[in-house]
Amino acid sequence: MFRESPIIRWRNYSDRYKLRGYKCTKCSATYFEYKGMCPCGNLDFTEIDFSGRGKIAAFTQIHGGPEAFENKTPYCVAVIDLVEGARIEAQVMDCKYEDLKIGTEVEAVFRKFYSSGEKGVIHYGTKFVPKF
Amino acid sequence: MAGIVGWGSYIPKYRIKAETIAEVQNADAAAIKAGLGLTEKSVPGKDEDTATISVHAARDALARAGIDRKQIGSVYVGSESHPYAVKPTASIVGEALDIGNAYMAVDTEFACKAGSATIQINAGLVDSGMIKYGLSIGADTSQAEPGNALEYSAAAGGAAFIVGPNSESVATLDYTCSFTSDTPDFWRRAMQAYPSHAGRFTGEPAYFKHVSSATDMILKKSGAKITDFKYVVFHMPNGKFPLRMAKQFGATKEQIEAGLVVTKIGNTYSGSSILGLASVLDVAKPGDKILVTSYGSGSGSDAFIFTATKKITEAQKKARKVNDYIARKEYITYPQYLKHMEGIHQ
Ligand SMILES: [Zn+2]
Repeated sequence: MFRESPIIRWRNYSDRYKLRGYKCTKCSATYFEYKGMCPCGNLDFTEIDFSGRGKIAAFTQIHGGPEAFENKTPYCVAVIDLVEGARIEAQVMDCKYEDLKIGTEVEAVFRKFYSSGEKGVIHYGTKFVPKF
Repeated sequence: MAGIVGWGSYIPKYRIKAETIAEVQNADAAAIKAGLGLTEKSVPGKDEDTATISVHAARDALARAGIDRKQIGSVYVGSESHPYAVKPTASIVGEALDIGNAYMAVDTEFACKAGSATIQINAGLVDSGMIKYGLSIGADTSQAEPGNALEYSAAAGGAAFIVGPNSESVATLDYTCSFTSDTPDFWRRAMQAYPSHAGRFTGEPAYFKHVSSATDMILKKSGAKITDFKYVVFHMPNGKFPLRMAKQFGATKEQIEAGLVVTKIGNTYSGSSILGLASVLDVAKPGDKILVTSYGSGSGSDAFIFTATKKITEAQKKARKVNDYIARKEYITYPQYLKHMEGIHQ
């Protein structure tokens, strides 16, 4: 599953590298993933660059991750409410599971996701760390 | 001349103590610590490499510079641990910083001075009018073969500088020059995971000769005396070499201390002397003069004289300081350390 074409991931660099999302032009709700229609009924969105600051809404620890993350287990994954309002799921690094709470403040960092084997492309993107 | 418009730094959170390594190497920890003048070193997280360290430091540099990021006309990243053998780190950094596509970019490599050299390159480009701002980065996740003496000092970290017009600078670049010669003191051949070095030869004809020659050169060129500088930074492969250099030039403990980060985090290679510079910029006051001399094996030294301007005080508040990163730490065991370093190559 991780030997997908590097080109497919390359098309998403702007979202993954920069934490770019969408803002409803009518009610100002923000989304990380593209939505066809806002719950307010509006169909128009503008792009927004998130600040990368947020709070943990839910979290868990992964012990048996997918093959590409095997050497990184255990690691924490959280649902994060960004200060701009959007919700995002991401890995939370540089912390122990015991250190996290609902409401823990986090900030976005640029990190390595995984490599496609020894010869493949290295994939990067946004993860989070507890604010320090 | 051009100057520094913004600066940023980054040091990973993880540390390993000299004692922990000495135990595995069956060595005398006290003797090692006294001999190298350091107590612990930084270790990258399992998902950190030269590209991620560079982006982190550069985001802080941008926050301090407060410039339109699309006006950055060049990105140069110096390292001896670029994630790819072929494929630039600089373009990953440029993309992550969202600076658009109209920028020159290349990775540089010159052992521990690959970062400082990019400040000279960008200063030349700014002064010639080819670019308005250039991004200079030095970062490393340096490798040391398990059991080798380098294992105590080879650390991870980096610093980034936005080089731009003198009038916008937090520190003007007043002079710079280099001393270079073909000296085989330290190297890593293609496809080799770890570097090799010429043992004690790395001192006298290598580090000391080049650092002192470049420093002599810039003092002569500028007419400055060592007492003119509030801060002096010499490249820090360990905690001992820069102190010996300071003694030779008559620099005091007060002049050296602010930039002497090696004692707390080890040698961050391409990030080393410039993390010293960043650490000095974190605390410098307007008018303070700063002398920096880097060293890269193979061999060369770049010397710089900067003067802090009135803009520095405001800029200092806009991002984290080197000491903030030094203070954030978590100690790891030797098996954890091996796991962290293994991730570097995956
Ligand atoms: Zn809406």
